[in-house]
Amino acid sequence: MAGRLLLLGNEAIARGLVEAGCAVATSYPGTPASEILSAVARWKAESGAPMHVAWSVNEKVAFETAYAASIAGLRAAVSMKQVGLNVASDPFFSAAYLGVSGGFLVVSADDPGPHSSQTEQDSRRMAAMAKVPVLDPVSPRDARELVAPAFALSEAFGIPVMLRPTTRVCHASQDVPLGKVRPLGRRADFRKDPARWAATPVHRSRLHKELLEKLAGIASYEPTAPRRINPGVSGPRAVVASGVAFAHAAEVLDEMGLLETLAFYRVVQPYPLHPAFVDRLLAEHAEILVLEETTGVIESQFRDRGKVRGKESGAVPEAGELLPETIEGIVARFARKKRPAVRVPKEAPGRRPTLCPGCPHRASFMAIRKAAPKGIYPGDIGCYTLGTNMGAVDTVLCMGASIGQAAGFYHAYRQAGQAVDIVATIGDSTFFHAGVPPLVDAVVQGARIAVVILDNRTTAMTGNQPTPQSGRGALGEATAAVDIEALVRGCGVTYCRVGRPTRFPEFLALMKEAVAYARENGPAVVIARDPCLVDRAPFEKPAAPRRMTVSDACDGCRYCINQFECPALVYDAGDNRVHHDVLLCSGCGVCAHVCPKKAIGEAADA
Amino acid sequence: MPDRPRRAKGPAPRRPGGGSAPGGPAGGGVRQQIIVSGVGGQGVLFIGRLLAEAAIARGLPVLASETHGMAQRGGTVIAHLKVGPFSSPLVRPGQADVLILLKEENAASHGRYLRPGGWAAVNAPSAPEALAGTASRIIDADALARETGLGKAVNLVVLGRALAGAPAGDRTAAGLFCTPDEIRGILRSRLARQDKLLDASLAALDLGITQTIPARH
Repeated sequence: MAGRLLLLGNEAIARGLVEAGCAVATSYPGTPASEILSAVARWKAESGAPMHVAWSVNEKVAFETAYAASIAGLRAAVSMKQVGLNVASDPFFSAAYLGVSGGFLVVSADDPGPHSSQTEQDSRRMAAMAKVPVLDPVSPRDARELVAPAFALSEAFGIPVMLRPTTRVCHASQDVPLGKVRPLGRRADFRKDPARWAATPVHRSRLHKELLEKLAGIASYEPTAPRRINPGVSGPRAVVASGVAFAHAAEVLDEMGLLETLAFYRVVQPYPLHPAFVDRLLAEHAEILVLEETTGVIESQFRDRGKVRGKESGAVPEAGELLPETIEGIVARFARKKRPAVRVPKEAPGRRPTLCPGCPHRASFMAIRKAAPKGIYPGDIGCYTLGTNMGAVDTVLCMGASIGQAAGFYHAYRQAGQAVDIVATIGDSTFFHAGVPPLVDAVVQGARIAVVILDNRTTAMTGNQPTPQSGRGALGEATAAVDIEALVRGCGVTYCRVGRPTRFPEFLALMKEAVAYARENGPAVVIARDPCLVDRAPFEKPAAPRRMTVSDACDGCRYCINQFECPALVYDAGDNRVHHDVLLCSGCGVCAHVCPKKAIGEAADA
Repeated sequence: MPDRPRRAKGPAPRRPGGGSAPGGPAGGGVRQQIIVSGVGGQGVLFIGRLLAEAAIARGLPVLASETHGMAQRGGTVIAHLKVGPFSSPLVRPGQADVLILLKEENAASHGRYLRPGGWAAVNAPSAPEALAGTASRIIDADALARETGLGKAVNLVVLGRALAGAPAGDRTAAGLFCTPDEIRGILRSRLARQDKLLDASLAALDLGITQTIPARH
């Protein structure tokens, strides 16, 4: 028991990083990767290891910061979710050519399902496109154990290495044995070599050839070669699996007694796949089933695919999470084995997520809809994406797109001689991440749009990480703070006002003014500032809770339920009335301004 | 490295020994799959972690899986917990030994995880229709918690009900793999230096175990 701790996969990756002497770790939060950096910060603090640990403004900056440490000879890591890698793809692709000095890990967490993402994209495809090796951990324990070999691989070949966990590794937890934290004591030592670190196109072709040579070496590197799980078992059929699909398959094959008849392999490094492994499998087996998430990366590297069953052959579904029950069915068909018929009812749809009771975003959305009732509402990525439930978010594309799309809508309508109110919503963290360039563009192009920056001074959706405005860093240390209003004005915006959405009547008046200004002039920015209710260290205490009640004027119209959608408002069909659920109500009092019958108010005895 | 899975001889022993320290510290043969289900904000993940830590304290291997991100904002949340020599972090439908339902409405979506012969602990005034025929321990934890001012600890009231002993012959008598005292121990270490929260948590657990509201002093 000694030394075994219950760790999330993300905490286990963090532990691996700190144990392996990682000196610089950076990230931008995003599910399912968010807990990696917070755990690195905790273990850095606990062990006293010398490290720089930082939440960066976005994944691109996080990548560049960690990469610089690597080319200065230190071990470094950057972590992000899969769509974060899209943002960091520019430095990622280039860094593959330039190579690294100290070991450099890019942790890109995929989200098959998807559970909390825009896409189910497979980061291993990005690794393959960039020509970077990638490792697939199967469990929290395994994820920790893979970090040191990943650094070793990176340093052996002078190349960035991707570690690609998926949601079921990141957010699985397991008893994990801990190792010692061993700071390497390296000093930063950047050796100037402009032909590499500042390579112009004339050098890039040479670097590309070097990269291909590295990859050929990595494809026969023994420590990351596929592993035979049941040596001695030979037969016409083999199962090859990686990542959590391997963990599911191992259990299913064991239960079905198939480990005695099917040869079972684990691929540790899905790209580049070891060609010797491919040759041996094709020579030894008549049929090979490949189980992997999310696309057929391993499968597609089999030169002769006639024997291969997987995503591309149609044997394994290409979309959605590869669940153990799905694998059970696939394996049974592959082994020509009947499954015991268990009747399992279909899953009923669950409850959809909604903004928390008392969330200030709900008040902001209500005001936006009242100020621009026929408007177009481009939205963004964060808790406030849930404004879709209130009909106050019409589009969600990617980080920062609300402002770019708002401007795009304006120009699309204007060129046809049409006018429409456009109100974009974007969170404070997302604004820093990707909202500044489109706001500059909107100013330059004269886009007549209103932009509401929903400013709760935290990155709420992913667990309340700090923003550049918070004045505290990943370790809780004091940092400089960037003033969002000054930044907005610096972008060239002349109309920028701050309001508190929970003071609803004043905020509604402000929203109406902003929409009217935008209609005639150009971009108008409203900073809607109220604290997040689940942040444990809010910048400002929320107003004292009010005890709300519903009077006899309530006629059960349910306008509040349908339009305001606060979980604390509950309709009782028995007396055809709405009530407050006192366990849920935060006492923000905004609902009093929502009821068309003026039936909601503060309790008299309060 | 979770490579070669340990193959159990013959059919795996499905039932742990019940509430009274089955298997001892080595935990020989303990295999229990548990689903905890509720909505965001109820503390589903907290219950999952308490049970997982109780397993580790017993020297048992444990794997769990959680819902994070957007669903935590009031949406349906599920935690999978597997105690014993497993390699997959997910419970398959029809395989769970125990279902702990913090929200009655989730019986329709997550009742499917229970295996035939498995049992449920449910926060509800009466047995939900979706679990008809399933051995269940029913507790109106919302009402009990509200009456005692423990509104934020509904999750622990239901866990208490799941941990309570049951008379022999009761179809839920197999119980959980751990004891109430073990969970109390985990709570004490997790909530050290948070005396008020610890007292409320222990009281909520006891409320679920005894199903009686203690007299006020």
